[in-house]
Amino acid sequence: MHLEEFAFGQSLWHRMDPRVKIVGLVFFAFAAALSKDHGVLAVALCVSVLSLALARLDVRQVLARFGAVNAFVLFLWFFLPFTTPGDVIAHLGPFAVHRQGIALGLAITLKANTVAAATMVLLGTSGIFDLVHALDHLKVPRRLVWLFFFTYRYVTVIHQEYSRLRTGMAVRCFRLRPTRHGLRSLANLVGMLLVRSFDRSERIYQAMVLRGFSGTFWTLDHFHMHRSDWVAAAAMAALVLGMIGWQIPRGPS
Amino acid sequence: MILLKEVFFSHPGGPEVLRGLDLSVEKGERIGIVGDNGSGKTTLLHLVMGLLRPNLGKVVLFGKERRSEEEFREARRRIGFVFQDSDDQLFCPTVVEDVAFGPRNLGFNASESLAITRRVLDALGIAHLQKRVTYQLSTGEKRLVAIATALAMDPEILVLDEPTAGLNRKSAERVLESLTDHVPGFLMVSHDAEFLGRCVSRVLKLEEGRLTSL
Repeated sequence: MHLEEFAFGQSLWHRMDPRVKIVGLVFFAFAAALSKDHGVLAVALCVSVLSLALARLDVRQVLARFGAVNAFVLFLWFFLPFTTPGDVIAHLGPFAVHRQGIALGLAITLKANTVAAATMVLLGTSGIFDLVHALDHLKVPRRLVWLFFFTYRYVTVIHQEYSRLRTGMAVRCFRLRPTRHGLRSLANLVGMLLVRSFDRSERIYQAMVLRGFSGTFWTLDHFHMHRSDWVAAAAMAALVLGMIGWQIPRGPS
Repeated sequence: MILLKEVFFSHPGGPEVLRGLDLSVEKGERIGIVGDNGSGKTTLLHLVMGLLRPNLGKVVLFGKERRSEEEFREARRRIGFVFQDSDDQLFCPTVVEDVAFGPRNLGFNASESLAITRRVLDALGIAHLQKRVTYQLSTGEKRLVAIATALAMDPEILVLDEPTAGLNRKSAERVLESLTDHVPGFLMVSHDAEFLGRCVSRVLKLEEGRLTSL
C-alpha cells in the first residue's frame, strides 16, 4: 500500500501550491457533485481527465484506480435503471427500464469519475507532508489534520506488519482456504494485528511525549503563492463558477 | 539441496544487490554467511525461499529449478525458515497453536499436530512455554519458539536470518544447542563471528553481490 505513488513528478500540478489544490478540489468536487446538467458534468469530466493527462502519472496505476471507482459504479447500474420511478422506455425480461434511472446512473457515473480524476490530479500530486501543512495553513482544526496524518502514516505501517505476517505464514505452507484451520488462522492474524497496532500506537505516543510533545505540531515549511498559483486558482474559480452559472435558470420561466 | 546459479537481483528501483551470485548447499552441510549491513544477506535468503525472484539466474531446490509460486511451495515444506524478527513468525495467541500451525498446513490433523508440537517443544526444552501468549514472551523465548515452529515441519534444512540478533550470551547459547542438536543442516546469516565459528562448517562472505569463501 502506497498512498504517495503519484506524489513525485515534475508536472505543473506537482509544482502547484497545495493550498490552491485543496481549496480548488473542495469547490470543484462540490460543484460536480451538485450539478444536475449532463452537459456540465461531461465538460467537468473532460477537464479533469485532460488535467490528469497533464500530470503524466503512471497510466497503469491511474487505470487501476478508475477501475476501483467504476466497480462500485457498475454495481449501481444493476439497480438504478429498474428501481428509479419514471417513464418506461424498454423491458429487460420481467423488469421495466426507466428513463430517469438511466439518466441518474449516467449522472452518477460522470460525477464519480470526475471527482476521482480531480482527486488524483489535485491531492495525489502532493506529498502527505505538504498536504498536512497546507491543511494546517488553511486553518482546518488541528485534531482533524493529525487524525488524517496518523491514519495515513500508520495504515502503511500496519499494512507492512500484515505483509510480514503473511510472508511468515507462507513459508510455513499456509494457503488461505475456507476451512476451519484457514479461518482460524486468519482470525489469529487479524487479532495479532490489532494487539500490535494498539501497542505500537502507545509506544509512539510515549516517544512523542518524551520528546516534549504537548499537543502542538509545528509547521516547518511556509508556502509561497507564485504567479502560476494565482493563475491556477483563477482558472479553477472560473471553471467552478461557470459550472454553477450555466445551471442557474435564466429569466422567469 | 540448494543451488543458486549466476543470480542477479535488484529491488524495484534500487541498485543491483546481487551480481552473479553462486551458492551450493549439500545435504547435512552447515553454512554461515557474513557480510556488511545492506550487503544483501536477507535478500539472498528470501530468494532461496522464493519470497523474491531473481532478475536473472536460476534457483534450484532439491534438484529442480523453481520459478513459480507453486514450485516454491512444494520446496518450502522441506526448508524451514526462521525470520530475523521472531514477531514476523509468531501470530497465534499461544505457543502451542503457533507451533501446530505448520503441521496443520502440511495436512496433519489436530491431534497429530499436537503430538508433533509436544515433541518439538520437549526437544528444545521449552515445553513449559506451551500455554504462554506468544506476544508476551521474552526475545530469547520468542526466538526458540520461532525455531520450534520451523522444526515442527520436519525440514531437511533450516534457513536462519540472524538467529542470535538481540540475544544475550545465555539465550544465544540455548539457540546454538537447539540448532546443533536438532537440525540436520542449515544455512545461516549472522553478524556473530564467534557464534558462527562454533556451529558451522563453512563460512562465506557476501561482498559486492557475490559470495567468497572465508
